[in-house]
Amino acid sequence: MKIGKQTLEFDKKPKILNTSSVVGPKEAEGPLSIYFDKKFNDALYEETTFEKAESKMIMTAVDTLLGKIPTDNSTIDYIFAGDLLNQCIATGYAVRELEMPFFGLYGACSTFVESLILASSFINANYGKKIIATASSHFCSSERQFRLPLEQGTQRTPSQQWTVTACGAALVTKNDNSFKCPVVTYATVGKIVDMGIKDIANMGAAMAPAAFDTIITHLEDTKRRPDYYDLIITGDLGTLGSKILIDLLAGHGIDISTNHSDCGKLIFDIEAQDMHAGGSGCGCCASVFSGYIYELLKTKKINKVLLIATGALMSPTSLGQGESIPSIAHAIAIENEV
Amino acid sequence: MNYTKLNMNEQEYSDYVDAHSKKSPIVKNCTLAFIVGGFICIIGQIFTDIFQHYGLSFKTASTYSTILLVLIAAILTAFKLYAKIGKFAGAGSIVPITGFSNSIVSPAIEYKTEGVVLGIGANMFKIAGPVLVYGICTSTLIGIVYWLIKLI
Repeated sequence: MKIGKQTLEFDKKPKILNTSSVVGPKEAEGPLSIYFDKKFNDALYEETTFEKAESKMIMTAVDTLLGKIPTDNSTIDYIFAGDLLNQCIATGYAVRELEMPFFGLYGACSTFVESLILASSFINANYGKKIIATASSHFCSSERQFRLPLEQGTQRTPSQQWTVTACGAALVTKNDNSFKCPVVTYATVGKIVDMGIKDIANMGAAMAPAAFDTIITHLEDTKRRPDYYDLIITGDLGTLGSKILIDLLAGHGIDISTNHSDCGKLIFDIEAQDMHAGGSGCGCCASVFSGYIYELLKTKKINKVLLIATGALMSPTSLGQGESIPSIAHAIAIENEV
Repeated sequence: MNYTKLNMNEQEYSDYVDAHSKKSPIVKNCTLAFIVGGFICIIGQIFTDIFQHYGLSFKTASTYSTILLVLIAAILTAFKLYAKIGKFAGAGSIVPITGFSNSIVSPAIEYKTEGVVLGIGANMFKIAGPVLVYGICTSTLIGIVYWLIKLI
């Protein structure tokens, strides 16, 4: 059911039955390492290209997810998936091996929450019983598409973020009330917000206004207070973007300084790993949610989470033509059933 | 609850972001660039002196030392060391001829997965290409000016 301006209320409370995560070398060295299911030490993941490595990461994440629950490929109704590469090739080639009905998504770094929202909507509408939502990104394949060759000897600016090499997958299922697990209650679908930022090395600042807009709309639509949530976690605003978001919201009387965090800040030890403004990419939010946050929910350390994935919808072509960065943020409320 | 929306225009937001952004450490970057850039130049000078010592003319010796610097930078790039130097030195290792070498070898490595012609061939000058185009254009223009002045 749609409530307010942009929010979906899931009355059937779709379950997030399980999750899986696969991460690359830098992420495996990060502080959340123990929460991830699979780690690999070589950026090529025993493949010949970075694109193949990314596909393998997605396949491994899905296989790991299926391994955690008694089911096989044929009982998966749909897979909603996407990545950052042109034509979403990492996902396309991965799903080719999986033999599952497939919806390919592109929402830049907001893709994971976009997949989760669509999967939850399908379950809520009874269009399927088991749906996988996933998203991935790979540092090396993204760098070559969006920036410079890896071995080009340049310096990164302090506001620049590091594309996370990771994939996270979640299995969304029908709520049959058999046992308690985290459920999806609301989702707020974002609008594109563009405040005219053109600096590709400052995506946090470009995306923060989109997160601001979606959070405000979510709170208005659901009539919830910001302190209702144990954790309001953004996807990849990084250090600067998070600071801007908290500041913008504070200016409008909303205090999230105590319960806000950002996946891009959590996944790396920013100082020790020299990550400048933190992590970014679809895989950032996907793996931190699937690895860390889901574990916190399952162990009831936290019970109510608002996950907001932010995406910067530009391309090297649009930047070359002097366009600014259009940004989007989708929010999904995931809560433990009481 | 009724919250108002973000009341800033693009310019105000851009100023606001600039005020909150961490600035690049310009003094540190410039100092390191000066030291490392200078160091690369000293190495070049040493090469030239050695070549001259063995009887080459200054012109030939400096050409040889340029070639040698380009070769060393290409090898360092292939062994993934030049990017590390670049991270530390910034403009200090981009501006000298070694940086030019790095900017040709790095896309060559990166795009070898797309094949020898459309991968390496088409992308090798992706970064160095503009430098060559405008370098040659500028030297041609200056050559013409020089020639005109001589005519007068």
